[in-house]
Amino acid sequence: MEQILVNGTILAANYALIALGITLIFSIMNVLNFAHGQMFMLGGLIVYYVCVVLHLPYALALIAAVVIVGLIGMLFEDVFFQRVMRISNREENTMLLAVGTSLLLENAALSLFGEKQRAIPPIVSGVYRIGNAFLPASRALVLVLSLVLIAAVLVFVNYTKTGRAMRALAQDRTATLLMGVDAKRISTLGFGLGAALAGVAGGLLISISGVNAGIGTAISTKAFIMIMIGGAGVISGSLLGAVVLGFAEAIGYALIPGSVTYLLIFVALIVFLLFRPQGIMGKPAA
Amino acid sequence: MAASLDAIAGRAPERMGGVSRVLLTLLPLAAVLYGLIPVLFAGQPYWLNVMTNGAVLSFASLGVWLTFAIGRVNIAQGAFALLGGYVTALLSTLYGVSFWLCLPASALVAALVGAAIGWPLLRLRGIYFAMVTLSLTEAMRLAFLNAPGLGGGGILNIPRPAGLDTPLAFYLFAATLLLAGYLLVWRLATSRIGWVFRSMRQNEELALSIGIDVARYRVVAFAICSAMGGVAGGCFASLQQNIYPASYTVSDSINFMLYCFLGGLDFVLGPIVGTFGLVIAFELLRSIQEYQALLYGILMIVVMLFLPNGVISLFPLLVRRFGRGAS
Repeated sequence: MEQILVNGTILAANYALIALGITLIFSIMNVLNFAHGQMFMLGGLIVYYVCVVLHLPYALALIAAVVIVGLIGMLFEDVFFQRVMRISNREENTMLLAVGTSLLLENAALSLFGEKQRAIPPIVSGVYRIGNAFLPASRALVLVLSLVLIAAVLVFVNYTKTGRAMRALAQDRTATLLMGVDAKRISTLGFGLGAALAGVAGGLLISISGVNAGIGTAISTKAFIMIMIGGAGVISGSLLGAVVLGFAEAIGYALIPGSVTYLLIFVALIVFLLFRPQGIMGKPAA
Repeated sequence: MAASLDAIAGRAPERMGGVSRVLLTLLPLAAVLYGLIPVLFAGQPYWLNVMTNGAVLSFASLGVWLTFAIGRVNIAQGAFALLGGYVTALLSTLYGVSFWLCLPASALVAALVGAAIGWPLLRLRGIYFAMVTLSLTEAMRLAFLNAPGLGGGGILNIPRPAGLDTPLAFYLFAATLLLAGYLLVWRLATSRIGWVFRSMRQNEELALSIGIDVARYRVVAFAICSAMGGVAGGCFASLQQNIYPASYTVSDSINFMLYCFLGGLDFVLGPIVGTFGLVIAFELLRSIQEYQALLYGILMIVVMLFLPNGVISLFPLLVRRFGRGAS
């Protein structure tokens, strides 16, 4: 039982990084980032490359993942999304563009890194014991790093000027423009931050379970589940969704065969959406 | 209610005589499917197979186009293809039912399941509908993976359709199927129902307020879409003689949606052009092995950036530019 709680906490913390990133992008840009899982995957593979191929320290690898994936996100926003938002005549088009970028990233990763499952050696050794549960030190490190990052993002979004501009943009784009906020720059930054969060989540999770180039769609699906549970575009909702999914997965994997867990999660999700289509924290009739 | 619907339908562009209009729409496609492609590829079973795939995939994409027409992004077509595939596979291997009966059975089961699931889910819109249909694809795969009696595995040795022994025969069958699907969707889109669908896409509340039974129409659209997915799944199961839970994944559902989008959402021909375009592009890129996937991804982005309303939107654009240059 304690082991389930420990596993659930680690999963929830890591998933929260994914859900926060996709929520930031959705709330600011109104784009459902289908490429989020691919950005996660890329973050993991960058950490693998820096750690295992270049033999550099893990901290450096993690920074590289954040910077590179963040820059990719900013580039996508600046080059692709702004243009398509300007000239397309259907609102679905940005979603489909996001699908296109996800294919692009996945195929690029396949060409660059191959299709093998990649993992890195444990960063720290040792095992902690909490009650009857075991907590390997490397997982503890991932948990702490995730929690610190979540706190940092929340502080940034809530208390800094740029973060407040992002939230304002999410609430009312026109009013924010009138207040003299450089909406274009903030959008690009927000997209970059969301992407960087996906990258760092991948970089953290590769130390636990490994990453391969084809993992993106599965991760995106998880991200979607979380924001459907919590409510799309609401930061508190995304954290809640991550906690629900993390623990549901940990409990399910401990008690029933793996693939049945997700089948049950999907069925529960569909039933849940019938009663609360906007998610737990979402605004109704969005 | 009838009066208001007629008012919408009355806005349809100039109405030619029914028969000539049908012929005008069908003939070019029929000429390509029955004339050009068989003549070009008759001696090349490999390419004939590619074209067969293209035709069956187009048929499924046409269904997705119909859900785009009611303003829903549907990422569940893979789920219904899987369902239809398993219906055909089980009926033909367990009970020895002929392919020609399996196919309508696949369509029926997929339509019924689509209607049952669609009725509640179609209340969701926008990204919520997209996300939940995506989950549905994954749920369907997991359901077949864990279904009791299937042993988690696929079904092998599915008999090939009786009477379709050569690649050319199967191609001609697929082409006929596609043409029939095109006629059906085109007929729907240009009829009163098509205008009802369009009004729902633009503003569901407004459509509801003028007395359109929005809930019923969107279930009808979704059920037709699912049935087409089921038929496509049944065809592939019989063509490839096997089916596995992983035969259709989320990526396949996403592909069906992309085919429609890249062809052009404003044209019934869009999904067909998009599917054949991408299937052929993928095959042509095969010659450059390692960069095939990468170039395919880049190609897709380029089309989205420069023709965000689909490949077909290029033609009206060219015609306009050409016309302006001449005058």
